Amino acid sequence: MKTDASTPGAPRRRASPLRILFLVIFVATLAVPFFNRVTPTLFGFPFFYWYQIACVPVASILIFLVFRAEDNGAE
Amino acid sequence: MHLPYPIATAVFLALIAFVIILGFTAGRWKSADLHSIEEWGLGGRRFGTWISWFLIGGDAYTAYTFIAIPALIYGAGAVGFFAVPYTVVCYPILYLVFPKLWKVAQKHGYITGPEFVRGRYGNRWLGLAIGVTGIFATMPYIALQLIGMHTVIGALGIPGHIPLAIAFLVLAAFTYTSGLRAPAMISVVKDLLIYLTVIVAIIVIPAELGGFGAIFAKIPPAKLLLPTPPAHSTGAYTGYATLAFGSAMALFLYPHTTTGILSSSGPRVIRRNAALLPAYTIMLGLLALLGFMAVASGVSTMPQFADGFKRFGTSFSVPALILNAFPGWFVGVAFGAIAIGALVPAAIMAIASANIFTRDIYSQFVTNASAGSETKIAKFFSIFMIIGALVFILVIPNTYAVQLQLVGGMWIIQTFPAIAFSFFTRFFNGWALLICLAVGIFTATYLVTLNHFLGSLYFFHILGWTIPSYIAFATVILNAVVAAILSPIFNAILSDRAQDETTALDYV
Repeated sequence: MKTDASTPGAPRRRASPLRILFLVIFVATLAVPFFNRVTPTLFGFPFFYWYQIACVPVASILIFLVFRAEDNGAE
Repeated sequence: MHLPYPIATAVFLALIAFVIILGFTAGRWKSADLHSIEEWGLGGRRFGTWISWFLIGGDAYTAYTFIAIPALIYGAGAVGFFAVPYTVVCYPILYLVFPKLWKVAQKHGYITGPEFVRGRYGNRWLGLAIGVTGIFATMPYIALQLIGMHTVIGALGIPGHIPLAIAFLVLAAFTYTSGLRAPAMISVVKDLLIYLTVIVAIIVIPAELGGFGAIFAKIPPAKLLLPTPPAHSTGAYTGYATLAFGSAMALFLYPHTTTGILSSSGPRVIRRNAALLPAYTIMLGLLALLGFMAVASGVSTMPQFADGFKRFGTSFSVPALILNAFPGWFVGVAFGAIAIGALVPAAIMAIASANIFTRDIYSQFVTNASAGSETKIAKFFSIFMIIGALVFILVIPNTYAVQLQLVGGMWIIQTFPAIAFSFFTRFFNGWALLICLAVGIFTATYLVTLNHFLGSLYFFHILGWTIPSYIAFATVILNAVVAAILSPIFNAILSDRAQDETTALDYV
């Protein structure tokens, strides 16, 4: 059978609305003018550096939230 | 032979010897018939969450990264930190796109990305073009792993090219015998050593230098932040963001990362790893700061390191910092971690290229290989890749390898429309995608020659504004737009929709 993946009626994995969180990750990590500054510093780290490092665990948690919302325990 | 760092060298060699033994014995792990290419080249698609975490981590965060990113921070400053947003935004992409690759690949027995595209469009020439792009992008990448190893061997004061040649011949040998199981097993050791090194470095070195505040205070203001864009220019802001996003789009299109993904036991493992792999990014971010620590410690002006900086340039900054800050035995551990960090991705790259050569070139254009001979061909091609990279690095100046890897990234991203879009839609036409792949590769290469292969950013002038962009990012957009225009025209003339061997159910 040759069908298109976009064929209507084909069962799809249910995409959680939480996928909007991915957009949050993109905006937060790519908003360069926002984080290209020295202050406020944290433990001696200029904002530019600690902010971007802090984005990493936050992104990890957001991806996990999407995973948990969409995971059906199978596969 | 006089060795300036005998203890470090002894620890280093002991670690290397240990992983080599591990590499040879790995073939027996979760043992199966290694005469099948799915077993040799993909580990039987059965690695669970943790092994996949180590394997994909060891695959994407290479020795070259560990040397090059801090070196970039050391030399150029803040811009080098793009590696952090790069290795964050790649994970939503991994989550959204690549579980679909696993599903369709398992259903149809594909072991490479190009095979999927060939099946999807029934077009072996498109598969060939994507496969060849992958192999060409990978060759200089393997060569760069050798540079990472070469730098630490050189830093230990071991002279000549012989040690490097031996290391890579051994690599070729255990890749040949054990296949993907070897780097999978070694990656666990590699990552434990890397994490140990980074954690110790990030505690000990700042303590020696008076804390992070004191380190950052010694960095010239021009290097501490990105420069504020001049009037009518988006300046370093778009340069930085496109570098991060474009690199992220390209990351999982490389043959070696695709192999890492396909070797997992299922889509759930891949999705879960999209949330777990960022742990490596934290480590990379901290490691990147070693570049600033190298500046603050003043290693570049110390007479004992003058020769190293002369030979290896800024790549020597991290090895010099480590030699300066740690006792001999720990230098051995850290250098061992970097060298093993070269062996893991180099092995996966060779295996991935071999899978492509076998499935997308040999079987399609020479003769349809049987299951047994398929594995033989792949094994021999993996040796060819490793020896090719070795010759490459010994014969051609290192700067060319760096430049070719830069261009390789711009080439591999051009496969994004053909691979990533095709999981979601069959709107495109195979021949249109092939033409646009060529358009993207040609344009990107042309733009980078205008930069004399030195920079990966091109300054576009649009409506009176100057917009610097990572060349790969700008050209893949061109590629996708042209593909979207050409595809309906091509499909109207002669549709290739009927040649799709996959079905909608393969993707959900």
